[in-house]
Amino acid sequence: MNMMSQIRRDRYLYLLALPGILFFLLFKYLPMFGIVIAFQNYSPFLGFFQSEWVGFDHFIRLFNGDQFWIMFRNTLAISLLNLIFFFPMPIILSLMLNELRSNKYKRIIQTIIYLPHFLSWVIIVGLTFLMISVSQGVINEIIEMMGYEKYPFLNDPKLFWIILTVQTMWKDAGWGTIIFLAAMASVDPQQYEAAKIDGANRLRQMWHVTLPAIRNVITILLILQLGNMLDIGFEQVFLMYNGAVSGVAEIFDTYVYRTGIQQGQFSYSTAVGIFKSTVGLVLVVGANYLSKKLGDEGVY
Amino acid sequence: MSTKIKDSQGDRIFNVVNIIVLGVVGLCTLFPIYYVVVVSFTDPIEFLRKNLVLLPEKWSLEAYEYLLNNKSFMRSVGNSATLALIGTALSLVVTSAFAYALSRKRLLGRRIMLFLILFTILFNPGIIPNYMVVSELNLLDTIWALILPALTSGWFIILMKGFFDSIPDALEEAAKIDGCNDITTWVRIILPLSLPALAAFGLFYAVMYWNTYFNALLYLNDYTKWPIQLLLQNIISDSAGGAMMDDNLNIPPPPSEVLKMASVVVAITPIVIVYPFIQRHFAQGVMIGSVKG
Repeated sequence: MNMMSQIRRDRYLYLLALPGILFFLLFKYLPMFGIVIAFQNYSPFLGFFQSEWVGFDHFIRLFNGDQFWIMFRNTLAISLLNLIFFFPMPIILSLMLNELRSNKYKRIIQTIIYLPHFLSWVIIVGLTFLMISVSQGVINEIIEMMGYEKYPFLNDPKLFWIILTVQTMWKDAGWGTIIFLAAMASVDPQQYEAAKIDGANRLRQMWHVTLPAIRNVITILLILQLGNMLDIGFEQVFLMYNGAVSGVAEIFDTYVYRTGIQQGQFSYSTAVGIFKSTVGLVLVVGANYLSKKLGDEGVY
Repeated sequence: MSTKIKDSQGDRIFNVVNIIVLGVVGLCTLFPIYYVVVVSFTDPIEFLRKNLVLLPEKWSLEAYEYLLNNKSFMRSVGNSATLALIGTALSLVVTSAFAYALSRKRLLGRRIMLFLILFTILFNPGIIPNYMVVSELNLLDTIWALILPALTSGWFIILMKGFFDSIPDALEEAAKIDGCNDITTWVRIILPLSLPALAAFGLFYAVMYWNTYFNALLYLNDYTKWPIQLLLQNIISDSAGGAMMDDNLNIPPPPSEVLKMASVVVAITPIVIVYPFIQRHFAQGVMIGSVKG
């Protein structure tokens, strides 16, 4: 059967696909052509074709500016804190949930800790203010009741990254357990029986039976996490931003927003965005390649 | 499994510690939500006096009365509800139609389309090119700027395709014999069979649209179009208590903190209402692959 008659046969399938295809063309691939403005001095009045070409000038400006290293450091620091403190949390929590004898208690805890995943960053940042702000924050009120001076947690650059990590933990540590619990559910209960008969206590059962069962999932998620090192949520950082912490709160996306949308430097901020996306692509593909090399199945 | 061999002393201690630690984790998760709800129902004067209220002496609906009578606030709630309804409906249609087409192995160009979809997950040209497209399409300051660019996503398509993959071909062939074409098969046979999955995806889309903030920040200047999250952020960050809340001046606003809490509670409520339904679906394992969000 030749191509044309195949397409004619499946014309209704293509019709079903059409809105989706249009979406991807318009909102995912058309913007990719917008990348050219990173190599121009784009002016909305002159358009794509008349604007002056400047080669890699905007990238050179980015790499030579002080801002670049500050953003790079901030991104790396936030990512590393997430990797060290947030990443293990779902694993630990799911191991603990898996050991609960009472299914009812387990379900209650699960219901509670999944919930924050569905709240927006606006709400989570609002709740954060409510907990630690100077004016009415619960923790500061308690500090004052105990006779100490209130502390401006939100304005302390030293605490900024840590507060972000804690927020991320509150929001997603519970949600992250789902995938591990699913992997644990596939463990044959007889393996635990056997381990018990061999004299393994609960901790040893966890170590020798449960943990090996989720090893692959951990590897895959670790690779995803490494691949997404540069992807720190814009909304969270942007909403937590204030003048006092500006030095530690600038990441690539917030910088693109400020220079591009607020100051109108379209070409320069596009260059910044492309740099970030390209490094991100290399990281994801590299991490995936590495995982295949190590004998795991890879993510993509 | 617990009965055959008696727990050792160490295991019993382990059990107790485990239960307590998880309980503390649960309480820490719940506390901010509990507190925001309690403060929102506290008598504003009492809160001004104490600044810390774990259980109010005097309950009050003052903040909610103010919000219900506030045009800006109710308009934003309405905007977000409209956005969630229209957005979810369109997203479900587009995502499921495309995913179904991609799940049919005979479709020419299927592999290249799947690759191109995957690529959009891996590489995003960035905020500015996206902004320029939305602007060129004249979508700025319309609700479509919040819906169309978020209509579907590579992840959702791939997940839903995975679901359709598991529907046997025999079903489709039977429908063909009965005179269905691909579209009528999709509408009459496939979609009714997929209702649980559609419900799960629909709930996730609804939550996503209700939580829309960044796109609104980028694409909407006109505050009458603002969804609730954008207004809420203005209410929360404005220490004077509600920048946009100037249109019922005849009623004095309650002290800003209580008002802020009540606004947060209003924004949380729809999530908490649909949450049990979402939970039932991901408990069934439908959404296991979507942890990436």
